[in-house]
Parts: sequence; C-alpha cells; structure tokens
Amino acid sequence: MSSETGKILTTDGIPLEVSLKKAERKNKIKAFLLVAPLLLFLLITYIFPIGDMLMRSVDDKMVTEMLPKTFKSMEKWDGKELPPEEVFESFYFDFQKLVEEKRDGKLSTQLNYTKNGFKSILKKLRRKAKNFEEGNYKEQIMAVHKRWADVEYWRAIQRRAPAYTSQKYLKGIDMYKNEEGKIVSVEEDRRVHRILWLRTLEIAFFVTLLCFLMAYPIAHLLATLPMKYSNLLMICVLLPFWTSLLVRTASWMILLQQQGVVNDFFVMIGLVADDNRPEMMFNKTGTYVAMTQILLPFMVLPLYSVMKTISPSLMRAGKSLGGTPFVAFWKVYFPLTIPGIGAGCLLVFILAIGYYITPALVGGASGTLISNQIAFHMKSTLDWSFASAMGLMLLAGVLAIYWVYNKLVGVDNIKLG
Amino acid sequence: MSKNLDFVKFDKVDKSYDGKVLVVKDLNLDIAEGEFITMLGPSGSGKTTCLMMLAGFETPTNGEIYLDKNPISNIPPHKRGIGMVFQNYALFPHMTVYENLAFPLKVRKFQKDEIDKKVDKALSMVSLSGFEHRMPGQLSGGQQQRVAVARSLVFDPQLVLMDEPLGALDKNLRESMQYEIKHIHESIGVTVVYVTHDQSEALTMSNRIAVFNDGKVQQLSSPDKLYEEPVNSFVAEFIGENNTFAGQVTNMSGKACKVKLNDGTEIIANPISVKSNGDKTTVSLRPERALINTKEKMDNNFKGKIEEVIYHGDHTRVRLDLLGNKEFILKVPNSSANMDIKMGNQINVSWNSHDARALDPK
Repeated sequence: MSSETGKILTTDGIPLEVSLKKAERKNKIKAFLLVAPLLLFLLITYIFPIGDMLMRSVDDKMVTEMLPKTFKSMEKWDGKELPPEEVFESFYFDFQKLVEEKRDGKLSTQLNYTKNGFKSILKKLRRKAKNFEEGNYKEQIMAVHKRWADVEYWRAIQRRAPAYTSQKYLKGIDMYKNEEGKIVSVEEDRRVHRILWLRTLEIAFFVTLLCFLMAYPIAHLLATLPMKYSNLLMICVLLPFWTSLLVRTASWMILLQQQGVVNDFFVMIGLVADDNRPEMMFNKTGTYVAMTQILLPFMVLPLYSVMKTISPSLMRAGKSLGGTPFVAFWKVYFPLTIPGIGAGCLLVFILAIGYYITPALVGGASGTLISNQIAFHMKSTLDWSFASAMGLMLLAGVLAIYWVYNKLVGVDNIKLG
Repeated sequence: MSKNLDFVKFDKVDKSYDGKVLVVKDLNLDIAEGEFITMLGPSGSGKTTCLMMLAGFETPTNGEIYLDKNPISNIPPHKRGIGMVFQNYALFPHMTVYENLAFPLKVRKFQKDEIDKKVDKALSMVSLSGFEHRMPGQLSGGQQQRVAVARSLVFDPQLVLMDEPLGALDKNLRESMQYEIKHIHESIGVTVVYVTHDQSEALTMSNRIAVFNDGKVQQLSSPDKLYEEPVNSFVAEFIGENNTFAGQVTNMSGKACKVKLNDGTEIIANPISVKSNGDKTTVSLRPERALINTKEKMDNNFKGKIEEVIYHGDHTRVRLDLLGNKEFILKVPNSSANMDIKMGNQINVSWNSHDARALDPK
C-alpha cells in the first residue's frame, strides 16, 4: 500500500483508477456499440432532418445567388425613389443569365412570395428582353410594365438580399417586415395563422381535458376490478388502439355525418327534427369527438399504470381514520395519481397539438389545425421553408409546454408505466 | 370503573362472498372493554373477514355486530370511529409523518394547536418524536409500523383493529414490537382486536385468543388455557407442538380413560371430548410433558427408540419411535444428566395421564 502518494495501487502496482478504467473500458465499448444503431438512426431520421428544417426555414440564399450583381449595385441605393440605371442594368444581366439557365421561373416564384404580381411582369420582361437594345435599361424595363416603374417592387427585390431571413417565422404569426423594416401585423382580415395557432391550442386543451375526464374513471375501474374483468376491459380500451387510425377516423365520418348513425338516432328519439339535423362533421365538433376517442388510450394507460400501484388499503385507511369517501379520495387517492395525470395530459396534449390526419379528414374548414396548414404548404404551395418554420415553431411550442410542465409538476413525477 | 363486558358483540354473524360458501359461520363473540383479543387462525379461516366486518369494509350476510350496544351494520366505516392498523401499514406516502397523524384529526376539525399536541403525544408514545417531517418512504419498516400504530390511536378511538401488523417485519423487530404494542395497550387501556396467523405473537400479547378455523371459533380462552387445555385436536395441533396417538376408548372411568392404540398398546389419558367406550379419539401430549428416565412416579411408562437428535442450544429435540408413532417429539433440557442421548438408543419415556388429552379424532 502506498499511502504516501495518496493513490491506492492494485497488487500489481498499477494505480487503482487506471486499472478500474481499463477493466471497464471493454464494457463501455460494448454498451456503446449496442446503442450505436439507435443513435445512428436517431441522427439520420431525427436530428439531421430537424437541423435541415432549421436551415431551410431561415435560408434565403436562393434569390441572393440568383441576383448577385443586382444586390451588389443596390447596396448604394437608399430605397426612397426608383433605383439608378446601374441597378436596372445589373438586374437585366442577372435576369438574362437566369433565362439562359432556365431558372427564371424559380425567381418569379420566389419574388412572388415576397410581393404578389411579380410572376406576370417577369414573364413579360422575359419576352420583351430579347429585343432590348444596349444601354438605358431603366427606360426599357420600365416600359415593359408599369409595375416595373413602381418603387415598391424594387424594394421587394431588395428585401430578398440577405442570405438569411426571419420572414417565414414572422409570416407564421401573421406579421411581416414592412418597407421601413418594422415588424407589423398583417391586416386583420388576412390573419389566418394566428387563428390556427389559437385553435390548435384550444382544441388540444379541450381534447386533453375531455380525455382526462373520461379516462380517470375507466382507469380506476381497470385498476380495481378483479383480473378476469379488467383484462376484458383493457382489451376494449386497446382494441381501437390496434385499429388503423384512418379506419377509425373514417368510421367517425360515417357515424357523425348529417345522414349518419348518430343523427339518425337523434331523429329517432325525437331530439332533433329530421330537416334540422345538426352538423357534427367537418367542423370543430367532429375534430373534438374523433380526436378524443383516438387519444383516449394515451390517457388511460399512464393513469392505469399509476393507479395499479396504489394499494386499496390506503383508501380504506383514509376512511377508517374518519375521512368521508370523498375526503379519502381527494386527500389520499387523487394526489397519488398526479404522476399519471401529468404523464397522460402531457402525452395527449403534445400528440393533439401536432395532430394531422383526423382534423384533415373530419375537421372541415373550422376544425383544421396548424399541422394541416404545414401540410398544405408542403404539398400544395411547395413553400417548404415556410412549412419548416411553422414546424419548428410547433416544436418550440411543445418544448415550451414541457418546460412549463417541468416547472409546475416536475418531470421526475411523470410515470408512463 | 365497571367494565363493559360486551363492548363489541358479534351476534350470529354469517358471511358469504359468493352465496355458496360461508366464510364465517354463526359467529358469536363478546369482547370486553379494554381487552386485547386476538383472532388467530390459518389463512382462509375467516379471521380477517371478521375484522373487516367490524371495520365496516364488509357487511355481514346475516346477523348483527354491536359496538357499545349499538348495531353498526348500517354505519359507514368513517363514522365508526374505529382505529385500524393495516397489514402493509397503509401510510399515506405523499404525506409527512406529521400529516399522516394529523389526517384523522383534521377531518374531525380539531384546532391546529390541539392537533399539534395530540400528534406530539402519539409520536412520543411510539418513541418517534422528532420524525414529524420525514416521509414514510424515509423510515424503516419498524418505524413505519410505529407510525401506523400512532396514527390509529391519535384520535383516541375506543377500539383499535390490527390486521397482521407485524407480518412484514423481521423476527427480532417483530418481537420487540409485540412488547411495544402490548405496553401501549396496557398504558392507555384501549380495546384491541388483533388478527394474526402467528401463534407466538398471539400467545405473548393477548388477554384472550379466539382460534379460528373453517369460519368458526374453535376455542376462545386465555393464552395459557389455550396451550395447556386445548378443547379439540385442531387447537392442539395449531397451538404449539403436539404429539398425537390415534386410538379407541376402551375404559371410561371418570377422570381417566384407557385408550387402545392402533398397535394394541393401551395408554391412560384424560377424557376431554370422548364420552363412552368405543369412541374414536386422538390423544394429544405436549412434548415438554413427556420426561425421559425420570424418577418421578407417572402412570404412563413406555420404551422408545431414538430416531433423530437435533441440537437447539438450550435444549435438544429428540425424535422417537414410540408406540407406533415415528414422529414423537421430546424436548430435553441440555444438562449433563442427559448426555447419553444417542441415535438408536432405547430410552424410557413417561408422562402423567392428566397431560394426555383424549380429544376428537382427526
């Protein structure tokens, strides 16, 4: 023993720490190799796409690269009046180059995002530019269409000069940078996204609440029934879970439509008149009903797994000590289920906030969520950078909820099973 | 103080869960005020069901239970005012020790300072003062047990039920807790109904023991009587160790009878539940009542062969082949006089006929 140096040595004289590390290295490598496939999988399918999305959402290099000379010459322009001849000239040459490379279509799409009306004037310019004479491009371009003489359009081009932009994010919350560079809201009648965000939060909140209210008694029943009944009930809870999401949503469409089963039943028992059937489809009601049903198992399962561990003798103890059944429930049972409630609510809320298929099919116009808007921009307008921006905003929202939740309840208190 | 002799009264109580099998059959039991009574029996004998009916978590299928002369079948558990200690303690895991003890007081709307006083008193009774702010999870099994006991007593109930409270503790702790609970009972004079399947626990703690089997009380008496004078062969078997001989009564003569064993030998026994000649019987004899090589004059003297010797420190257990019973057990104190006990030796065994109780046949 070498107590003088303070280091403990093994019998062979190697310091204990070194020896321990050596002994554990093999295990560490083994452990790492075992998780490596998953790590790689996550990197490729999760981290990398999110990083790519982030880049895409702020990336604005396309126009920057397409009009290099124009932006260079615009640096001296103050943007108050029409730009000088120099700008027009470089724009003409940049544009001609794009036409040669057949990339002018992309430019027109991009500029059209910034300001409506670019598409047609660029098309016109392309046709007329073949016959342009050398020199005095300002006059010639302005003669193509009167919008080319409008300073607004040149300012719009100038706004696309930076390689990175926050414009997509601003658009996601119905704001934009106006001509003076100030961030302002769009006109009230064009604020679509804010409504969608609020509606998404509202629907997610109420779906979570409905799920909680319905799942709590079921989970309690599941946890307290004798095995042979609880297994059957558990299968009833899980059966929808095993059915395809599309099938379930489609069956809700059959049930809830105006000539559907539920409406027929209401008419039959005389609750509503035959010619006045309520609309339960293609609006918020449809979204609420279908999403609550589909997300219910995600609330039942964490609640059940927590309730299963609560000994029935605790409730009995509460009662034998003089608590009424309600007091025993509220003071003893309920606090013990909070970890399950937290897990279930968090799970359902996060799933609901990004839900896509169900609102797309049953939501109609008033029941669609932000994810449907993202899909719309992915598939129809092909504005991927805007879709990415909104996707990231959604992700940030979920993380924020998680953070708030952690502050309130504590993530350690979550119990998923 | 005149004691209420039927403070708790089970009056012809039946209990069935499925309508086919009676778990408790025609139970009649009076429990006096301040008594420590134990319900002892194997699992499934109905003892816990009786306790649950008393606590109000089960209702009698037939009959009535009276608490201080009032029928209680229709009173819900929380209005009965009965303290209860559960098998797994049932402490509320999300409350501190203080909050656990304050729970029954808070629901009874006691003032804050009164609650503090009572909690203090209850905790000092189980010597856990200073543990108020611990969570149950931070306590050892024995400490949790004591908190559970304190909680069941903190609101001054007249009756406390304990459902195998020491079952989860290790042997040493269990023994010290037995004394502790016994002392608490003696010092505050509360009536205790205690359920256990551990006979030594029942014998050390109780004033009276009710031995349950098959839904019926087999014998209700003080621990010493239960051990010394079992009234049937189930009780004799269940309480303590027991040597048995099966046979037939041949000669009844008042305080003694002759029993002819299956191998033809006749022994003299004390007739307890046999009435006449020809009755089949099981003769029960406690191991410590049979002596070897004794000089005392006894009326049963036989020779047996030593089959096994097991050393137990303070005594030695000897298994004999005696009168056709190969499981005859003797307890021999470790003294120099008994050094010749060796396997295979023949020894003389004697006992008094008074200690050999002729009970019902098994």
